[in-house]
Amino acid sequence: MSTPFYVSPQQAMADRAEYARKGIARGRSLVVLQYADGIVFVGENPSRALHKFSEIYDRIGFAAAGKYNEYENLRIGGVRYADLRGYTYDRDDVTARGLANVYAQTLGTIFSSQAEKPYEVELVVAEVGDSPENDQIYRLPHDGSIVDEHGSVAVGGNAEQISGYLDQRHRDGMTLAEALKLAVQALSRDTNGTEREIPAERLEVAVLDRTRPQQRKFKRIVGGQLSRLLESGAAAGAASADSEAEAEAETDSGSDEE
Amino acid sequence: MEANTRSTGRLPAAFLTPGSSSFMDFLGEHQPEILPGNRQLPPVQGVIEAPHGTTIVAVTFPGGVVLAGDRRATMGNMIAQRDIEKVFPADEYSAVGIAGTAGLAVEMVKLFQLELEHFEKVEGAQLSLEGKANRLSTMIRSNLGMAMQGLAVVPLFAGYDVDRGRGRIFSYDVTGGRSEERNYATTGSGSVFARGAMKKLFRDDLTEEQATTLVVQALYDAADDDSATGGPDVARRIYPIITVITEDGFRRLGEDEAAELAGSVLQARLEQPDGPRAALL
Repeated sequence: MSTPFYVSPQQAMADRAEYARKGIARGRSLVVLQYADGIVFVGENPSRALHKFSEIYDRIGFAAAGKYNEYENLRIGGVRYADLRGYTYDRDDVTARGLANVYAQTLGTIFSSQAEKPYEVELVVAEVGDSPENDQIYRLPHDGSIVDEHGSVAVGGNAEQISGYLDQRHRDGMTLAEALKLAVQALSRDTNGTEREIPAERLEVAVLDRTRPQQRKFKRIVGGQLSRLLESGAAAGAASADSEAEAEAETDSGSDEE
Repeated sequence: MEANTRSTGRLPAAFLTPGSSSFMDFLGEHQPEILPGNRQLPPVQGVIEAPHGTTIVAVTFPGGVVLAGDRRATMGNMIAQRDIEKVFPADEYSAVGIAGTAGLAVEMVKLFQLELEHFEKVEGAQLSLEGKANRLSTMIRSNLGMAMQGLAVVPLFAGYDVDRGRGRIFSYDVTGGRSEERNYATTGSGSVFARGAMKKLFRDDLTEEQATTLVVQALYDAADDDSATGGPDVARRIYPIITVITEDGFRRLGEDEAAELAGSVLQARLEQPDGPRAALL
């Protein structure tokens, strides 16, 4: 009978973390930003059907980087959790904090269980509040820790560099067009600092818009609305925060409900 | 589930098991006891007394469909509630109006709304209108045990069929039998009278405004002859709930709009108590 080699717990955990991080790094990064009227999710995604962002509940959105089948599983688990909780109690009792805790426990248990391989995912759970101060953004790395974020957050392989870029430039009260422009700029920068162009059709954009009259605040931004926003964001940037362009960008985003 | 989630902290295995996009199927496997259809009812002598909702009417017009209901709930010969809401949005493009045992019906609507929303979130696409109508059928069927004891729920489902570009109405019986109605439909205790009124007033080329007036006329006639249906309550400012579903989605008429419609119908009835006259030939 062979005796298994002894591996120290530290080493085992470090190996698992490295495995998960490498998996996550293979996918593209995505960013989540607060803007004046809510929270915007921006990522590069060549697929129209397989989403990185989705609605969990009335005010709660979900974003994920990493392995699709694993985060899709977590996403559906989250929808089930939220719907069951809302059905059992009340719609107001479903919160991003509660959901983030459940995700953290789930990821943490999987990460430290020797029987399972660690999930190669990094999640963001965001809830839009009545005002920007009440917005909540939680980042959930692969190991089950929770990070409470403000302003902007990036997840995925290139997250650290993008975060740094966003931290310097993001400010409170940006319009949607400005936030979108900043997000795209951050995502277009490669690790070595060179910039590349991300065409609009490769962008996946969604918002949690607190001004939406519907109870469900999640909305995908696609097609014409997305290109108009990108244009007005660029125009606003060129005129260095020309206030008229900002106002126009806002009416654009407001009037184009599906 | 809740206790379970709290004790271990992580999502139970059932939550992460790939499977159906239906919330009811998920509940059925994970926590069957909270599904209304699985509730055990003790043997009861006679009929259980509970508030009942009464009349719901629906009419199609080119471009959409109108669904409306009166506001009265009755328990035996008593008025249980004067301002009950019996018409609800099911999702962006459909609505459901309920007659029958109010408590069970409202619960059924809540679960139905959730069922549609859950599917939409999981699949990233909406069910077809036909699919929604069938889902409601299943839910009524699961209530058959209660219906046999007098706790029936008989909804009317109306929606805008995005694929076909028109409004459609589905009616149900207590066993879950579903039938698509042409032009107009009614359900509930005052339905026979409302139906008569709609039959005489319906035309193929109604505008949205005419269609909303038509449903108020029909509800007025139902309230006129059925004691369980409430007419517009001018003193308390309680007016019928009127909803319109078109290509632009679900819209419930505001209090002012409903008051104005009910007001003009009431005014005309002061002159002509039986309402508009149809030609004999």
